[in-house]
Amino acid sequence: MVPPPEATLAAAPRRSIFAHEGSGGTLPKWAPWGAFVGALAFCGAVEAALGWFTIALMLVFGALVGIVAIYAWSRVVEGARRAKDRAITMAIAAAFGVSMAPLISLLYEVVSRGVKGLSWEFFTSDARGVVGGGGAEQAIVGTLVITACAAVISVPIGIMAAIYMNEYGRGPLRRALTFFVDVMTGIPSIVAGLFAYSLFELFFGPGIQMGIMGSIALSVLMIPIVIRSAEEVLKIVPDHLREASYALGTPKWKTITKVVLPTAFAGLVTGVMIATARIIGETAPLLVTTGVVDSTNANPFSGRMQNLAVYAYNEYRSPGVMKQASYDRAWAAALTLIVIVMILNVIARLVYRRYKTEIR
Amino acid sequence: MASYDTTTNAGQLLATASGGRRRRGDRIFSRTALLAGVTILALLAGVAVFLVTEGFPALTASAAELPKHESFISYVAPLAFGTALAGVLAMIIAVPLAVAVALFITHIAPKRVALTLGYLVDLLAAIPSIVYGLWGIFVLGPAAVPVMKWLEEKLGFLPIFAGPASITGRTMLVVGLVLAVMILPIVSAVAREVFAQTPRKLQEGAQALGATRWEMIRTTVLPFGKSSVISGAMLGLGRALGETMAVAIILSVSGGVSFNLISQANPSTIAANIALNFPESSGLAINLLIATGLVLFAITLATNFLARMIIARSEVR
Repeated sequence: MVPPPEATLAAAPRRSIFAHEGSGGTLPKWAPWGAFVGALAFCGAVEAALGWFTIALMLVFGALVGIVAIYAWSRVVEGARRAKDRAITMAIAAAFGVSMAPLISLLYEVVSRGVKGLSWEFFTSDARGVVGGGGAEQAIVGTLVITACAAVISVPIGIMAAIYMNEYGRGPLRRALTFFVDVMTGIPSIVAGLFAYSLFELFFGPGIQMGIMGSIALSVLMIPIVIRSAEEVLKIVPDHLREASYALGTPKWKTITKVVLPTAFAGLVTGVMIATARIIGETAPLLVTTGVVDSTNANPFSGRMQNLAVYAYNEYRSPGVMKQASYDRAWAAALTLIVIVMILNVIARLVYRRYKTEIR
Repeated sequence: MASYDTTTNAGQLLATASGGRRRRGDRIFSRTALLAGVTILALLAGVAVFLVTEGFPALTASAAELPKHESFISYVAPLAFGTALAGVLAMIIAVPLAVAVALFITHIAPKRVALTLGYLVDLLAAIPSIVYGLWGIFVLGPAAVPVMKWLEEKLGFLPIFAGPASITGRTMLVVGLVLAVMILPIVSAVAREVFAQTPRKLQEGAQALGATRWEMIRTTVLPFGKSSVISGAMLGLGRALGETMAVAIILSVSGGVSFNLISQANPSTIAANIALNFPESSGLAINLLIATGLVLFAITLATNFLARMIIARSEVR
C-alpha cells in the first residue's frame, strides 16, 4: 500500500535547510511566500534607511530580491533545476502582479477623483448657458440614446447573421463571413467614425452632426462583437434538440425561433450586454460624428448630441476658468461610465447564471 | 415537389404535404438570415468605399492646395511612423507580460482562483479608452517623470533615451505603457485559450520524465502555443495602432520623426491626429484627415489579416 504523501514526508528524516545539493531536500511549503515577504521587508527597511521609501519601489525591488532569494535558497537545498523552476514561477507571478497594478491604480484613482465631481446637479441639469460649470445631463441622455440606437441596429443584424453562419451557411460564403467578421473586430474605432461621417456627408453635405451618425459608427464596432458571442452560444445548442424538432414535423425556421433561440437565450442576452458595455465608452467615433453641445438633445435625428466619453474629453481638453472643477467633472464622467460598464457586465453574468438552460 | 436537402426527413415531408405556407416561412427566414450575413460584408466594403470616396480629393490634390502645403505622402509619413512606433512599443511591453499572465492563470494559480483572475484581466478590456487617457495623463505620466529622468541620466547614450526628459510625462514611453495595458487582455486571452488546450498527454509525459513545472511549460506548452501567441500579439498590435483617445490625450506632439521615447517632442499618430484636428477642420482638411484614416484602415486591416491567417493555418494543423 502506498502511504499518503504526508506520511512519507513525516517518515523521511528531517533535513537541515542548508542541506547540500543533490541531497534531495525540499523547501517548506511557505518558502515562496516567506522569500517574498522577507524580501519586501528587507527592501522596505533599506529604502526607509536611504530615505526614498515608496510602496511602488518596495514592491518592485521586493519582487526582484525575492526571486534571487528563492533561487539561492532552493539551489542550496533542492539543486539547480528546482531552483530555476521556483525562480521562474515567482517571476511569472510577479509579472501577473505588475499587470494587475494598473487596474487597481486606475479603479482607485477614478473612484477617489470621480466622487468629487459627482453631485445631484451633475445628473439632473445640463450645461446650457452656464459659464464654467453645469451638469452632464445632456451627456448622460446622449450616451443612452446613441447606445440604444446602436443596439437596435446591431442586435437584429448581428443575431440574424450569426443564425445564418451557424444554421444555414456553408461553403465559401460562410468561410468568408467568419473570416471577415474576425477582421471587422479589428477596425479602429476612429475609422468607424470617419465611415459614418463620410456616409452622411455624401447625402447631407459637409459639417453634418447627428446622434444617429454616432449610432451607425458604433454599430460597425458592435455588430462583430454580437456575432462572435451569438455564434458561440448557438454552436453549443445540441443537435439532438434540432433533430427532435424536425422529427415532429416543425419547419426549420420555427425550429430556430422556438427551439434554438430560446435554448441559447441567456447566452445571447449576455453577449448583447457585453457588446453594449464595450461600445458605451467609445469616444473617438463620436467625436467626429455627434459633436459637442451643452444642451440636452434626445432626438438622434436632429442636431448635435453630447455623450459622456466626449464630455469627459472636452472637460479635460478645454477646461473653464476653474480648471480643477472641470477636471473633477471629467473624472466624474469617467466614474459614471465605468459604473455603467461594470453594472452591464455584472448583470450580464447574473443573467447568464440565472437563466442559462442546462444542456445535457 | 420540394427540392431535397440534407435536412429533409419524414417530418419535413409531412410538413410539405400540409401546404406551401410553412415553406414560405422557411424561405423568408433563411433569406433574412442571408441578407444579414451579406450586410456584414457590404458594411466592411462600405467602410473602404466611403473612405476612398471622401479621401480621394485629398489624395489627388497638389501640395499647394492642401492645408499644410505639403504633399499627402509627406504629411502622412511621420504620422504613420508615430503610429508604428507607439504600436510596436506597446507590443514589446505587453506580449511578455501577457504570456506570463496567461501561464499564471492556466498553469500556476490554483484552479479555484484562476477563473476569478481571468475575470480581472478581462476587466482591463472593459475600461473605456477615455478613462485610460485620463489615468495616463494625471496618474501614470507624473509618476513616470522621475523614472524617465533616471533613464536619461543613466542610459542617455541610447538614442531612445536621449532626452531631454519630459517634465510632464506626456511622452511616447508613457503612451506605450498605457497602450500595453490596453492590449494586454487581448493578447493574453488568445494565449490563455491555446495554453489551456495543450494536450494533457504531452504535459503529463514531460512530468513523468521528471521535468519540473517550468521545464514542462518550456518543452510542451510554449512550443504548442507559439503560433497563436504570435497571432495574438498581432491582434494586439492592430488594436494599439488604431487606439485614438489615450494617445490624443497623453502625447505631447511636435511632428517630425524621432525615436526618442522620453522627450516632450514626439511624432503624432494617425488616429490621434484625426481626433485632435477633426473637430476644427473643414473643407479639404477634412478630406485630408479621412485620407489618413484610409491609410490607418489599410495598415490595421493588413495586420489583422495576417494575424487571422496565422490562426487559420495553425487551426488546420
